[in-house]
Amino acid sequence: MSNVGIVIVSHSPLVAEGTADMVRQMVGDEVPLAWCGGNGHGGLGTSVEAIMDAIDKAWSEAGVAILVDLGGAETNSEMAVEMIGEPRSHRIVVCNAPIVEGAVMAATESSGGASLKEVVATAHELSPS
Amino acid sequence: MAAADFSRLIAAAADTIAAHAEELTALDQAIGDGDHGLNMKRGFEAVRAEADAFATKPLPEALKAVGTKLVMTVGGASGPLFGTLFMALGKDLSAVPDRNGLTAALGKAIEAVAARGKSQPGQKTMLDVLQPVYEALAQGQTAGEIADAADKAAEATVPMKALRGRASFLGERSIGHMDAGARSTALLVRAVAEAIEGN
Repeated sequence: MSNVGIVIVSHSPLVAEGTADMVRQMVGDEVPLAWCGGNGHGGLGTSVEAIMDAIDKAWSEAGVAILVDLGGAETNSEMAVEMIGEPRSHRIVVCNAPIVEGAVMAATESSGGASLKEVVATAHELSPS
Repeated sequence: MAAADFSRLIAAAADTIAAHAEELTALDQAIGDGDHGLNMKRGFEAVRAEADAFATKPLPEALKAVGTKLVMTVGGASGPLFGTLFMALGKDLSAVPDRNGLTAALGKAIEAVAARGKSQPGQKTMLDVLQPVYEALAQGQTAGEIADAADKAAEATVPMKALRGRASFLGERSIGHMDAGARSTALLVRAVAEAIEGN
């Protein structure tokens, strides 16, 4: 699939899955989508390994946009991108946007065939800084 | 470094984290999400389980393996932060480092941790311990003095206002509590300093 992939990373698997449900309702199967949540040991948190798996699952030649909730999700996502390494790391962006709105908006943009840059810009518009 | 020495350092680090896990969790509960002790313990126990295998590698590769293991097992922001510390040390240390080499590598590792956490000293984080430890190392202080400097630096995070991490959400209310990451960093510094001194 050539549409930009979307990865949702929350501390809570329930939040991640629920966000993914909302994305699917909007874009169906037109966008590669994966989510992960929890520390891998049954608690709240994020796991670098699970994030790397989710990126693989949602991988698209057009790139992948990652939506995160709180700080640790961002730090672990950035670590996962670094561990995936070049050349794929150049086509993965951790977005600065609210997780639910960002994921739905980014996926909607992606479903129309937008580039990774456009998808990320759409998500970032939600976080005026 | 001999393989047995490396294994001993890892055991000392894992022991102190395990012994203080509840204290670290309590510090994190006060101004964070309360998972720091358990997360660090899980990470360092995973490292301990493979310490003998890591110890057969040259020191830089052994440190990188420790860092990668922490990244993969801690399950919180501490994983990439402490993992980056060890991975960056491994990147810049020679196989048999002297004090100058260790000081230079720690300086680079602190930069890497700061970049990973988008932070700097003064924001109530582990950097507030690492930076004074670096300075003590550069000034030629003894292992015991360096460990004392680390403890003092962790205490000095109590009156700070958190500007990074979950504690920063509390703003002024983060004042009056020690930063959990600063405390675990000081514990690790003391464990390693005492293990090296005991050589």
